Amino acid sequence: MSDYEAVIGLEIHIELNTQSKMFCDCEVAFAGEPNTRTCEVCLGMPGSLPVTNEKAIQYIAKLGLALNCEIANFTQFHRKNYFYPDMPKDYQISQFDLPVAGKGYLDIESDTGEFKRIGITRAHIEEDTGKMLHISRTGRIHGADYSLVDFNRAGTPLAEVVTEPDIRNPDDARIFMQSLRNIALHLGISDVNMEEGSLRVDANVSLRKVGQKELGTKTEVKNMNSFRALKRALDFEIARHTKLLEAGERVVQETRHWDDAGGKTTSLRSKEEAHDYRYFPEPDLVPLTLKPSYIEEIRATLPELPEARRKRFEDQYSLVPHDARVLSFEKAVGDFFEESAKDYKNYKSLVNWIMGEFSYHLNNQGLAIDECALTPKHLVQLLKMIDDNTISGKIAKEVFDEMFNTGKLPSVIVEEKGLTQITDQSEIEKVVDMVLEENPQAVTDLKEGKDRALGFLVGQVMRLTKGKASPELVNKLLWEKIKQ
Amino acid sequence: MKLNQLTIKELHKKLKAKEISPFEVATDVLSHVDGVEEDIHAYVSLNNNLLDDSKNVTEIDNPLAGIPIAVKDNMCTKGVLTTCSSEILYNHLPVYDATVVNKLKRQNYVMVGKTNLDEFAMGSSTENSAFKITRNPWNLETVPGGSSGGSAAAVAADMCIAALGSDTGGSIRQPASLCGVVGMKPTYGLVSRYGLVAFASSLDQIGPITKDVTDCAISLQAIAGHDNKDSTSLGVNTPDYRQALSAEVKGLKIGLIEELMVEGIQKEVKELTDHGLNLLEKMGASVGPVSLPHLEYALSAYYIIAPAEASSNLARFDSVRYGLREEAEDMVDTYKKTRAKGFGDEVKRRIMLGTYALSAGYYDAYYGQAQKVRTLIIDDFKKAFEKYDVLVSPTSPTTAFKIGEKATDPLQMYLSDICTIPVNLAGLPAISIPCGVDDKGLPVGFQIIGKHLDESTVIKAAYALEQEIGFKEKPKLLKRD
Ligand SMILES: [Zn+2]
Repeated sequence: MSDYEAVIGLEIHIELNTQSKMFCDCEVAFAGEPNTRTCEVCLGMPGSLPVTNEKAIQYIAKLGLALNCEIANFTQFHRKNYFYPDMPKDYQISQFDLPVAGKGYLDIESDTGEFKRIGITRAHIEEDTGKMLHISRTGRIHGADYSLVDFNRAGTPLAEVVTEPDIRNPDDARIFMQSLRNIALHLGISDVNMEEGSLRVDANVSLRKVGQKELGTKTEVKNMNSFRALKRALDFEIARHTKLLEAGERVVQETRHWDDAGGKTTSLRSKEEAHDYRYFPEPDLVPLTLKPSYIEEIRATLPELPEARRKRFEDQYSLVPHDARVLSFEKAVGDFFEESAKDYKNYKSLVNWIMGEFSYHLNNQGLAIDECALTPKHLVQLLKMIDDNTISGKIAKEVFDEMFNTGKLPSVIVEEKGLTQITDQSEIEKVVDMVLEENPQAVTDLKEGKDRALGFLVGQVMRLTKGKASPELVNKLLWEKIKQ
Repeated sequence: MKLNQLTIKELHKKLKAKEISPFEVATDVLSHVDGVEEDIHAYVSLNNNLLDDSKNVTEIDNPLAGIPIAVKDNMCTKGVLTTCSSEILYNHLPVYDATVVNKLKRQNYVMVGKTNLDEFAMGSSTENSAFKITRNPWNLETVPGGSSGGSAAAVAADMCIAALGSDTGGSIRQPASLCGVVGMKPTYGLVSRYGLVAFASSLDQIGPITKDVTDCAISLQAIAGHDNKDSTSLGVNTPDYRQALSAEVKGLKIGLIEELMVEGIQKEVKELTDHGLNLLEKMGASVGPVSLPHLEYALSAYYIIAPAEASSNLARFDSVRYGLREEAEDMVDTYKKTRAKGFGDEVKRRIMLGTYALSAGYYDAYYGQAQKVRTLIIDDFKKAFEKYDVLVSPTSPTTAFKIGEKATDPLQMYLSDICTIPVNLAGLPAISIPCGVDDKGLPVGFQIIGKHLDESTVIKAAYALEQEIGFKEKPKLLKRD
């Protein structure tokens, strides 16, 4: 084990899914024909002026409240000045010393089950940039033949959340991001999709001797486009720092680029090359006064957040803490469970199926619960068919597989494939008799107490009935016959 | 008398009575412009469809219907060249109309053309235009003032009936003063800035330049009012400014700003200011001195705040989406070459000043300090207005100066706006009206400053003084024929 501990702080950008952009009427949407969702304002045409989207202020206030932040009564926009082609005005309207949301915190649960409180420094609102496409072999601006700019994204409301350097390992950083993402989903303020860039994260990393108070020299890591990338980049960066420090060398304060394919970070710019953003109050926008009554109104509209939902799941559905936590972690999963629970009261069985078979299939195909064809109606129907012995548990898994892939209702699948369980005792008895006659050795073994032989005999019956025989019935009949 | 020599009010009466047609008015304006533009150089571009446009005005239902008006070339006109008199926007065709232009269009005005200005409205002589030097119709060897020099010269030379200007530190009032016409800067936020290419956002304000105070009131009425596209636009109902056009100033309390009547102010300017005050006093107003103790810091504060905002506002001229592009090896080089070629010296000077003032480590000492001074000046005015209804001063320390005289001395040039700048810092309304001529026959302007949103009292005092002075001089145009 290393003598060093990592100190990690995150800076997260969340694109808000308001209808229109931050400072103009253009529609907010992902992708689309380049430069079609633009106007004089979000193109930074001379003479155009910004008008604040009030919905975006509500959204950032919601996020702030969900992160236990103090919401400012007086908030102001500042201009952040720097030149870049994807920035129409060559300044970004952002916030500086008077953000909408001040200090707060988010409690996360480590993989070890330990609860940790991560401090939130601030959450503010700003506008997003456009997107650049560099026409070159590497896709990066260096050495590009030419570059294209798409301003469809320019001016999309963007929430920036900054954490205190309270995170101690890459897994907690990932869990923090997942928790934050879930909160944003619960609030309905963003699609928070890392691949599409509506959720982005930069990380500040430094190392210090265990027990030491002062922070070490930090590096900032950019371009991590998935939770996995975040974890890998942090692992890499911590290892790099450790190696440097153990060799008695110094860490250089700089911004580094995560190269996901290469699995390493490379230097992007040094501290000396850092921009002087020349922040100053945005003179085109008047400061906003958020009255306490307005903030309370927003608080009242907050939906149930993961933590509260977990507690309610324990109480209302008598779930064990672990199950309640898993089901409430992601909004869509919790919603699926609750929707199903309306029509199906054997919650334990429901939970087992969602956390077992269903989650296995989702993981396998890399789908989110709301991206697959399967609805609560499907699952509930399937479970009811098991309960009333229409199908066996084994067949149910087969049906599940089919309905997951096709979206067909289980009743249809069972009907089409003739999978209805055979519960007619005389019909099964015929097969049992046949199996016993053909396998005298197994019968003898069983009579001598070799219980393994029972499995073999059951298997033979199931094979001959194509798995449709009720296993309980087969079991019961076999025992009866052998004891005779 | 040619129709182009009349005022808005006079023309409207004749148009309404169908004594004349908009086409006849436009024809007189155009033929006069054709005759004198080569001497004055008031326009960056002329409306080639002026006559056709005038024919399309069939209803004289609004005060500005069929009236030929000029627009300063820093206000966006959809599909019509809008250059800010800068090389960097030499080819810029806006995709939208400025709110003020929209409002004039709704009144069925006809646009004569886009008037010349100091590049991006930075200057006090219109010599900083990238395209041409506008000349003062009163003496072609002198400047018309600036930055709205093209608008003021065009109105003074009857090359339009009225014009729009913009005023960041005196850019409407100072050229109005030097050209012997009326110019008003309204309260900050009264007129929408949407579509005005920004110089210094917290100071810029659009206003009218007209032949008399009556036309000023009519024009202001047309362009004032809340605009939800401009967040700094004030949500107020505008009063009827024409109701202020009465010569009644009895009991009006007028304060003369002592700090603006000291050395450095041309002798005749001081004398004519006193003369104007005497006239107002005779009409029943009471006059007293007033001190604005922080006025001496106004110029310094202005030359921090305005360039700071400008340095950011002018960043967007990067060749990516519009305007001039100088091809270069890479992105940064393209920025550098484009901006080096596209901006003139004064613009570059202010971008550098402003960039410096906002830089890390200097912000508090410069920008922060300047904002504090601004607050002190606002308070000075507030105190003065506890005692007085309006404040007065000369508009410009001198009458029109020679072309080239101050061009190489920025500090001297900056001093031309000493009387007007404090008003922008405080966001107050102010008017300049002609009050006589100096011994060279050049006009002198008289500035009246009002309380926040009290344009009506300013107009009332200006109208009364205008009637009493009876300023009838006109520039003798040196037409070469
Ligand atoms: Zn837009």
